[in-house]
Amino acid sequence: MSLARYRKIRVDLELIADFVRPGSRVLDVGCAEGQLIEHLTKAKNCDARGIEIDMEEVQRAIAHGLPVMQGDADTELVTYPDAAFDYVILSRTLQAVEQPREVLRQMLRISTYAIVSFPNFGHWSLRLQLLTRGRMPMTAGWNRMWYETPNIHPCTIKDFFSLCDIDGYVVEDWLAADEQGLRTPWRRSPRLANFFGEQGLFLLRKV
Amino acid sequence: MDQTPAGTDFPHQSVTFPDGVALDCGRMLPRVTVAYRTYGTLNVDKTNAILVCHALTGDQYVAEQNPETGRPGWWQRVVGPGAPIDTDKYFVICANVLGGCMGSTGPRSPHGERPGALWGTEFPVVTIHDMVRVQKRLVEYLGIGRLFAVVGGSMGGMQVLSWAVQFPEMVFAAVPIAAAYYHSAQNIAFHEIGRQAIFADPCFRNGNYWAEGVRPERGLAVARMTAHITYVSEEALTRKFGRKLQNAEGLSALGEQFAVESYLQYQGSSFVQRFDANAYLTITRAMDLFDLAGEYGGALADAFRAVQSRFLLVSFSSDWLFPTAQSRTMARALNHAAVNVSFVEVQSDKGHDAFLLDEPDFHATLRGFLAGCAAHAGLT
Repeated sequence: MSLARYRKIRVDLELIADFVRPGSRVLDVGCAEGQLIEHLTKAKNCDARGIEIDMEEVQRAIAHGLPVMQGDADTELVTYPDAAFDYVILSRTLQAVEQPREVLRQMLRISTYAIVSFPNFGHWSLRLQLLTRGRMPMTAGWNRMWYETPNIHPCTIKDFFSLCDIDGYVVEDWLAADEQGLRTPWRRSPRLANFFGEQGLFLLRKV
Repeated sequence: MDQTPAGTDFPHQSVTFPDGVALDCGRMLPRVTVAYRTYGTLNVDKTNAILVCHALTGDQYVAEQNPETGRPGWWQRVVGPGAPIDTDKYFVICANVLGGCMGSTGPRSPHGERPGALWGTEFPVVTIHDMVRVQKRLVEYLGIGRLFAVVGGSMGGMQVLSWAVQFPEMVFAAVPIAAAYYHSAQNIAFHEIGRQAIFADPCFRNGNYWAEGVRPERGLAVARMTAHITYVSEEALTRKFGRKLQNAEGLSALGEQFAVESYLQYQGSSFVQRFDANAYLTITRAMDLFDLAGEYGGALADAFRAVQSRFLLVSFSSDWLFPTAQSRTMARALNHAAVNVSFVEVQSDKGHDAFLLDEPDFHATLRGFLAGCAAHAGLT
């Protein structure tokens, strides 16, 4: 891996990386060209690899020396054995998969921990737009029309807490972040986080 | 036409193992010669060796002109100084396969059991695994305990799989390209047409054609023509030839008509100058017999249980001989066996042969993967 091409990672990826213990086995689902994998490998000495659906991103990742396979989160996770990883990461992808609940179930089958981030549909600006305009909200994060958005399963931070409850996942840690991925101060109040947080970030494990 | 049988007494660089090798078929080859070439320099720790495995009709001259045929190295785009498999960094080994006709033991070699005769069609059935066992002898002979990587396309990819499964501790990185873990009924069917064409040639003489100073050139050429169609995509054939006529004078009832016919005939006739018909029979059979999942009760993941190598699988979008679905199935089975696997399909309209051709995306992928592995292996 060429250190010369070492890239500074996105701020939101930094928050995710903070959840990962050094030296862990990590699978990054929807890893794009592998920024987080590279960071975890070099800065945290992890055995990290990825799955990415976009063939060109996969090619760029491999050409950069990163282990990535082309595949779809909805269909590929089932091919891994139980407890193959310490962490499986799904960053800003949950809302775009076909079966979010099943994907979460698979993540916590193949891994001890799951790290999930998603755009919060409960943010006040979205609520306000829906209330005042009566149309699907458009923001920096939700910027495609309803008929062409890949985000087919939007949810709120509160919704996500509820799903974890139903499916028996322990929320080990969580936080809300703004669009840039900076930590926001609503950390210990799910209600406020659900109103003011643009993204939710969760560290889950099975009971 | 030159009546000298292919694979004659040209002095190819080789090593002979007089104690022979036990074959999957249960027979023993009493003496085994491996013809090989190396490029670059083996480092002091002997940790920078890459074995390149050739395809059905390839040879050991991967990065230089073949001195017997005068053809350029078959993978000069990929192997050489500064190339994706960089001979300034890596020590590259390439051996002619067992059963071949470029200096390694094959049907053209002296009969192991009847002095004075050649093996001919009595050459034992060999498998991809047998080819790999012989390559392992060569690697050990060169003093190398573990290969940094084993890389190969098509049948070469089958050998890569065999290496990773048979000798997991000897392969740090494995790169099967445009490969398959078994030969499908369709694959076997195309090979059988080729074999039948050779058998049907009156010059075949039950495989004893050398003794009678002839060669089944027509049969072998037809075999090559059929196979060649499977190596290219319909799109590529259309782009290159379409319905173009070979000459403007229009159709004659017989003889050359369309440009694609002339092209295929050229492919056939140039092939018979460099390849031995019995070797073609032997090697196509070895490919047909390959079935990695079958050996493990149909569960491919079980075949990969012991694998320790980091894997890169590459397929090409227009390859219908060893299609992407095969590589994807392998990637999933490797995942299932908790192997570190990278997998990508390269967009190309060139069909199966794309792995031999100018495909910058593939070359960048291979180069990057090897660089990543070199970092993990502590190679600088």
